[in-house]
Amino acid sequence: MYYVKVQRESLDIPSHLAELWNDNPRVGAVVSFVGLMRDINAGEQVTAMTLEHYPGMTEKALQRIVDEAGKRWDLEDIRVVHRVGELQPTDPIVLVAVASSHRGEAFRACEFVIDYLKTQAPFWKKERTADGERWVEARHSDHNAEARWKA
Amino acid sequence: MIRLRYFAHLREQLGIGSEELEAAANVDELIGRLRARGGKWAEAFGSEGQVLAAVNQEMATPRTPIRDGDEVAFFPPVTGG
Repeated sequence: MYYVKVQRESLDIPSHLAELWNDNPRVGAVVSFVGLMRDINAGEQVTAMTLEHYPGMTEKALQRIVDEAGKRWDLEDIRVVHRVGELQPTDPIVLVAVASSHRGEAFRACEFVIDYLKTQAPFWKKERTADGERWVEARHSDHNAEARWKA
Repeated sequence: MIRLRYFAHLREQLGIGSEELEAAANVDELIGRLRARGGKWAEAFGSEGQVLAAVNQEMATPRTPIRDGDEVAFFPPVTGG
């Protein structure tokens, strides 16, 4: 079972990365993706964000995505940690980190996991702007990114 | 009975997070019943609205069957990451 977690607390990225190679000398590469909260979206200043999820289903969806990555590539380990609750600009939202013997597998698997997470894992973002709150709309480009892996 | 759950924009639009209902044969039939409530329900579950469904925490299609005791969730397209 790979490590997937949804949490309200901030992300301790260095310790998660170190966990991927501690006590595992087979690991020759760790590739990570960190998604961060920006202070601008659709041309408007965003002051804060609230992330909602579907407890239970979200964790299952994440587990399924990392399991699929583990089947497609020869990996040593994967970690996905996603925040929910209130976030501020510059806060990390998600960490996807993949360990493998060689970098190629880790690079591809990392991109695969974040592309699927974006379209399959039940999370929803609500932004706060000067005009009030608004739900973020899904992007077509995210579905195009996911579709690449089906070819 | 089945347990219905609504998330994110849909929950706010409908003004309800969860409820219990008599089971329907499948997701499509359940949506039909919810739409028949009219008003904001017809709007949310109309052909214009983009609503995703899950049955027992697995993504579902209109044909996914529903059984007594199931948990059925409706929500907008996801925007995490």
